[in-house]
Formats: sequence, C-alpha cells, structure tokens
Amino acid sequence: MEKRFARGGQTSRENRMALDDADRELVTSELGREPTPAEAALFENLWSEHCAYRSSRPLLSAFDSGGEQVAIGPGDDAAVVALPIGNEASSADRTDGDAKNGRGDDESAWYVTLGIESHNHPSFVDPYDGAATGVGGIVRDTLSMGAYPIALADCLYFGDFEREHSKYLFEGVVEGISDYANAIGVPTVTGSVAFHPGFEGNPLVNVACVGLLPSDRLVTAVAQDAGNDLVLLGNSTGRDGLGGASFASEDLAEDAETADRPAVQVGDPYSEKLLIEANEALCEEGLVESARDLGAAGLGGASSELVAKGGLGAAIDLGRVHQREPNMAPTEVLLAESQERMCYEVAPENTDRVKEIAERFELGCSVIGRVVEDRYVCTHGSERVVDLPVEFLAEGAPAYDRPADASAVGTPDRDLPSPSLEEAFATVVGSPNTASKEWVYRQYDHEVGLRTRVPPGDDAALLAIREAGSGSGIDLAFAAGAEPNWTACDPYVGAQAIALEVATNLAVKGATPLAAVDCLNGANPERPGTFGAFSNSVSGLADMCEAISVPVVGGNVSLYNDSATGPIPPTPTLSMIGTTDDEAPPTQLHGDGTLLLVGDRAVADEDGSSPPRLGGSEYVLEFGGRDSFPDLPANPSDRLSVLSDLARAEGTLAAHDVSHGGLAVTLAEMVGEDAGLSASIDSAGNTGEASDAAALLFDEVPGRAVIETADPERAREIAADRVSVTEIGTATDDGRLALSVHGEELSFSATSIATLRDVIDDELD
Amino acid sequence: MIAVCQFGGSNCDRDAVAALRDLDFEAERVWYADGLPENADGVVLPGGFSYGDYLRAGAMAARAPISKEVREAADRGTPVLGICNGAQIATESGLVPGAFTTNASARFRCEHVHLRVENEDTPWTAGFDAGDVLTLPIAHGEGRFEISETELATLEAENRVLFRYCDSEGEVTDDANPNGSVGNVAGILGEREHTAVLMPHPERATLPDLGRTDGRTILRGFAEAASG
Repeated sequence: MEKRFARGGQTSRENRMALDDADRELVTSELGREPTPAEAALFENLWSEHCAYRSSRPLLSAFDSGGEQVAIGPGDDAAVVALPIGNEASSADRTDGDAKNGRGDDESAWYVTLGIESHNHPSFVDPYDGAATGVGGIVRDTLSMGAYPIALADCLYFGDFEREHSKYLFEGVVEGISDYANAIGVPTVTGSVAFHPGFEGNPLVNVACVGLLPSDRLVTAVAQDAGNDLVLLGNSTGRDGLGGASFASEDLAEDAETADRPAVQVGDPYSEKLLIEANEALCEEGLVESARDLGAAGLGGASSELVAKGGLGAAIDLGRVHQREPNMAPTEVLLAESQERMCYEVAPENTDRVKEIAERFELGCSVIGRVVEDRYVCTHGSERVVDLPVEFLAEGAPAYDRPADASAVGTPDRDLPSPSLEEAFATVVGSPNTASKEWVYRQYDHEVGLRTRVPPGDDAALLAIREAGSGSGIDLAFAAGAEPNWTACDPYVGAQAIALEVATNLAVKGATPLAAVDCLNGANPERPGTFGAFSNSVSGLADMCEAISVPVVGGNVSLYNDSATGPIPPTPTLSMIGTTDDEAPPTQLHGDGTLLLVGDRAVADEDGSSPPRLGGSEYVLEFGGRDSFPDLPANPSDRLSVLSDLARAEGTLAAHDVSHGGLAVTLAEMVGEDAGLSASIDSAGNTGEASDAAALLFDEVPGRAVIETADPERAREIAADRVSVTEIGTATDDGRLALSVHGEELSFSATSIATLRDVIDDELD
Repeated sequence: MIAVCQFGGSNCDRDAVAALRDLDFEAERVWYADGLPENADGVVLPGGFSYGDYLRAGAMAARAPISKEVREAADRGTPVLGICNGAQIATESGLVPGAFTTNASARFRCEHVHLRVENEDTPWTAGFDAGDVLTLPIAHGEGRFEISETELATLEAENRVLFRYCDSEGEVTDDANPNGSVGNVAGILGEREHTAVLMPHPERATLPDLGRTDGRTILRGFAEAASG
C-alpha cells in the first residue's frame, strides 16, 4: 500500500515502545525466523506511528491530492507542483484547458516544492535545538527533490502567554529557528503563533518549506537501477537521536525535559549550508539518480524507503559509513538520527565526481553500498546484520483501526459575558494571539534571497519568481497556520474554517491557490475521544480543501501530543501556495477610499439564518462563556474568487481578511499613523442577542475581507450576486479608528492601537 | 569583473551577484578555495555566516588564504566592499579598523533602517549628498560597531564614517540605533577610500521589483570605481 505521506520528521521520537507482540509475531511469520536485533530495531522505528501513520492512515484517503499542476503528490520527501506559464496565474478556473502541455517536457517550465514537518516533542524537551533541527529537516526534504529552498514558514503553538514556561519555550523556539534558518540563508517569510492552554505541556513546532527548480532538474526518492552506488553525504554519524522515530509516539512524561534531552539532536547549520551548495552542484551537473534525506530512523529509514519505492533492494556495508564516534554498533549506525545527511543514488561512472564535489564543500562522503535487484541487506564486517524483504519493511506495517468517538462535540448553549465594548476591543486587539508578531519575525532573516516582495506580518507573503511566467515573472503567495481555538470549539467546522482562512489569506493578495500541505497534530489516538476529535479535524480540512479545489499534495501527522496537563486540541496546520501576476494591495489603509465589508452575512443580512457567533473566538477565550462556532459560507469557492478579483481590481487601495479576533482586529490592523477610518457596523435585519455589538465585532467566521476602494461601483459589479458587499464607511487621513457598532461608539488612535498590539515585544524585550 | 567571495556559510553571495548584474556589471561568485581570480577588478565580501560564525563572526574567513589575496588586491587599489558578515571579515582581517559584535539587544534583527550619509566624497556615496537619508535593510545578530575612542576620533577626523543610523528626519538618536553601535556608525572606510564596509545590505535594496532602491547608488559607485 502506497503511503500517502512522506515519511515523517527528523527526530519526532513519538513512539518509544519496543516492537509489540503482534508486530513481532507478524515479522517472525513473514521471515520464517526471529528478527536480528538490528532488524527488530528497524521494524520498531519504521513501523512506528510516526513513520508508518498506522493510526491516521485510514483517515488520509479523505484528501484529494490530484490536479494537473501536481507533478509529484504525496509520498515523496516533498510535493512538487508546476508553476503557471504565461498568463495563467490569474486564471480563476484552472481545470479548463490543457495546461499540462508544455509543462513537464518544457525546459522553461518551473516547479516549486512544498513540504511540512512537525518537531513537537523535541521542541518541548530542548526548544532551541528541537526547533532548529526541524528547520534543517524540512530544508533537506526540499533538497532531495532537486530544488533550491527559497522560503520557510513556521507555525508555533504554546500554552498561555502569561505563563513563564510558555515564554521560555517561545523564546527558545524562535531563537533556534532564527539561528538555523538565518545561517543557511533561507528566508522565513510567514507563519503563525498561537497561545492556548491546551499546549501547556506540549508545544507544537510545524515548519514548512518552499523550493524552486527548473522542471528538468527534478529528482525523486524512487531508486532507479540495480548496480548504482548508494552515497551518504554530509555530517558524520554519531550516537545522537537513537531510536528517534520511536520517542515520538508516546505522551510526554512529566520528566521529559530532563529524561529525553539526550535524544534531541543538535543542529549544525554550517554543514546544512554546505549541503545546500553541494546538492545544488550535484543537481546542476545531473549526478543524482534519486535522493532521500536522512530523518526519522536515520540511514535505515532513508535507504530502505528509497529502494522500496523503486521496487529494488540494497546491499549496504555499515562499516563504510563515516562515523563521529568509535565502536558504534551496527544498529546505532543504522538508526542514528545525526543531522545534515543525505543519501544519493549515483551511477557508478559519476561517483568520483560526486566525491570531488563533497570534498570541495568539505563534507564527508561514503559510498556505503549499491542498489541491487531485491532484498535489503546490511553487513558489518563479515556479519550480515540485516537481510529483509524490502517492501515488507517499508510498507508492511498494518494500519490500526482505532475507535473514534466524536460524541463529545455538541452545540453548546449560548452563554456570553458582557464586558464593555471598549474593554473587549482593547483586550482582543491586545491579546498575544492577535497582537503583532514583529518580535518574532524581526529575528528571522526574511529578506535573504532577494525574492521577498511582501514580508511577514501580512495576510500572505509574496515571493518574486522572476524565472517563471511570462515577462517579469510571477509572485508566489505563501501562507500557513491553524486556529486551535476554532478546532477546540468544533473540530470539524473549525478545521474547515482553517482551510478557508488560509485560502482567504492568499485571495486578499489577489492570488489563485496552487496546492497545500497539512501538518495534522493530534493527541493520543488510543483514546476514542481524542481520536474522534482528531478524525473530525482531518475530515473538516479535507472537505474544505476539496470544496475550494485546492489539492492537498502532502503532509505530516504528529500524534501523542499529550502531557501531564492533558491532550492538545486537534491542530491541523495548513500551508498553502498560490500565484498572482498582479500588484497586490497592502493591508494598511491608503486614507481616502470607501470601505467595503465583503462576505459578511450578518451585516448584509443576505441570510437571516446566519447570525454572528462567538464560539471559538478570542473573545470567548479571553472573557469566558460559550457559543457555537459560526456557520461557514455556503459558497466558499465563490468567496475566494471574488476576493481575489477584488484584490486585483484597479480601484482597490487596501485589502485585509477578517479572521482571528474578528472585524475588530482587521480594522485595527488596517489603521496607521497616516490613515484611519470611520465606519459603522450594523446588522441590517437581525434583532436581539444574535446581532449585539460584540458578536458583530468579534465573530471570527473566515472568508470575509475589508476592502478600501476608490471605485466601489466596480467592486459591486465584481461581487455581483456572488457575495454580499456592504459599504461600512470611509478611510480618513487622521490616523484614528472611529467605529459605531450597533449603536455603540468606539474610538482609538493609531498610537493606542500600536501600543495594544505591542504586547509580545513589551513583555519579552 | 567583480569577484563575490563565497566562503563556506556565506549566504548573500548570490544576492550580491544578482544585484550587480541588475546594474549591468559583470560579477561572479568565487569559491574561497579557488583563490581570487587575476581579472578581479573589484571584490565583494558578502553577508552570511562564514564558517558558521562558530568562533567569532568573520574570524575564520579572515584567516583563509583568499583573504590575504583580497588585502593585497586592496593594497594595489582594487575596490573592496564588505557587507554584513563581509564587514566582520574585513575588520577581522585588518582591512578596516574596529569590530562588529553582538547587538545590544542580544537578538538578531531583520528590518529596514534609516541611514544618514556622512561623507559624499567617496566612490560609495558619490551619488548622494551629505545629510541624505537612505533606507536600507539590516539582518544581523552581531552588528554593534565597537572601536577605541582614539581610533573613532581618527575615523571622524579623517572623515571616514560613511553612514550613521538615524531616524526618518536624519537625526542620529539612540532610538534609531538598531544594535548599539558606537556613534550610530553603520559603515566606514578603510585607510583608503576604495575599501569600505557596512552592516546594512545595499544588495537587498537594488532590484526595483522589491520596492526599494537606495542600495543601487552605493553598488553603482563601487562598480564604477572597480571598472573605471
């Protein structure tokens, strides 16, 4: 059975138990003998939850990964997607036409790679190194497709910001990412940061990477021919991260910070940068037949999966691996998760040249064995320590049929506190969740590489891809995130909302989506309640991605995210890319246009049955209370194309999506020293509790945006009868936010808003 | 041809080449172990983390054989520009005085800053007037310029401070100093006016589609000095 997902992370030691009885029985019966210690260790790691997706595999068929733009879908180190040629970028409907023609075969065609990884448990144990090595791993996944890494996104989730331990983890993770990503020269251009009590004892670090390559340089992890050499290139192998694929499948114990620290690898960005350069040279010279980076389960994982994918085998001499420490046992050499290493399949006539390139970039290089017709055999000296049918090893782990109980999710009665509107506004706009993340991205080099046209701090980053498209190139839009508040409130609808929200981030920059990858974070799957919530979050994400026609081309699953403080909320991080060939509007107001609220049913009253709701909102997180999650728009695809058309319309001066923190945060973020706004928000027809001021201002239903335009008539024509457009006021030149909401007045200066939004910087610097 | 020296860990070498080529100058990356080409009539020491900055920023690269060749070229009059990590390499190898060390905040900072042009009579600043305020990106964790009081006095007396961090009005203030550099110094000349270093990144403010172009003038002045 083909795995949908590329094998998971680098160190995620999320399943530490030894090979269980059922698996040992199956292995013994298949082999006709007991496995050797090295073989047992291989099975234990490669058949772990983390590598083999045994609990989540049955859920993953829900994702639609097809699309004419998809060159390589799930199952390789990273997905590969073709960039549009010519003027297709802004074509709203890419199912028409025969766009495949002229792509794969055309030397002028360009591909992007997209991958995502979790590094959750290592980042709790050692936030600095855990996060740093997470970056390293996803970058190598990019290299192994033949691509040059051009951008990173980090989605980070911590416990309450007020807690000292959350701040310690937050600072360590950001510093780890900063030191590693900055040093290797890959800009970190987007991402998300969320604080929620559910992550108290188990933070999440999800890292996505985009790479770029000409289509004729594509490399895969499918071994090509028996007789080719297997070359291990990069750092030497030590005893670090032993059994790594297997500490990731167990809950974090209370003493994990001390007990598991030796299991977390230490990153070496200098070697990673040299590896990037060497990989570039190898791919430019066409010396690579196939490639796989060494992540979870080390050399054993990478080499066995490489040959399994090609329906071939391998003969490996473990004694030839360049080693950092003396007297390493064969199992240690096979399974160590030392960082910054790649496994290449090289035709024998090219092996000397590969060695020269390794030497030039001062990297270790060992010819460790050969691709053979069948069986996966490892020797150490005269001893044969592994001799296995390779497909059984790589693909033979049975999936678990976990009971899932989603009955805990119901529709809560509405019970909301009523702070004053002014207090609510100041609290929500000043919450660390919605506040400025400049403290974070200021520590990331987000401009190296000369592509960053829209930097972090915006709805989506835009990267100049001058190589692709026609004329001056195209822009690649890149966004990533999840809202744990939403999925904690309603795993299914909340996950749908996350997918719509990430797509809306792209749409307000005028971009059309190309593809997405997901990082599905969940708690212990052996408990039906948490597995039920996780399952629903997966379905919600898949269903919305299908509804908006965005193929989910790969991803990662991280389970067992539990700690002494309980399970995490299901957290389906989605990372999406899209393209545009138009100038994108800024989020900041210009100062003299008309303000339109697009897609807000409560305000437009196009559908009286969809009142604003505060379930899953920052408002409820801050003030307490209960409400159901708001109903999502019935026509999400129309929403996105209208928003994208509006963003690209000539009269549009600014555009910003409405999501976390609701309309309050959107409007606050659009105001600056030079431009303010005066607006009136009212429900047109609803009366009573559903339309009170707080609900109108703090409802977080996604798929909406505020547009400032010089040509409101044109905007109405674009929206036509597809999406509601309500004029709510005008931009001003006085740097103030003046709001009238359902009869209540609010007024804040740009300076006071900036002070509220500076909460993270104030607290940590 | 302008040689952009790539050390292990350099990461702005491609960017420097792209920026110079956008100005229609010939530029090539040169791997440090290959040595400085004879036809190099200008040298860029680019940004990055040479040797991981594991010892001290720039210290290892300054001791590589190519750095001796760069010093000899500078002695012969070849223009040399050190940017960010390249500036650290240049101080470590004695091309310019002083040192760049850990930011006062102890954190990496990537943002856009204002710079005031202090001396308009150099190849680097010939396109500006003294007092002009530029906007350039910075991205460094070790950009705090440190130098002894007497050496600073010499630099100032010899008019060798090129740029100081300032606010949008051109006022040199503590608030406008992103890293705690002494005297808000962001860039200086070596003993000869054709050797210069700066912490900000002119190559990141050169390509017009990135929306900021103050770096063009600096790179053009350098490249014209090199080719002229």
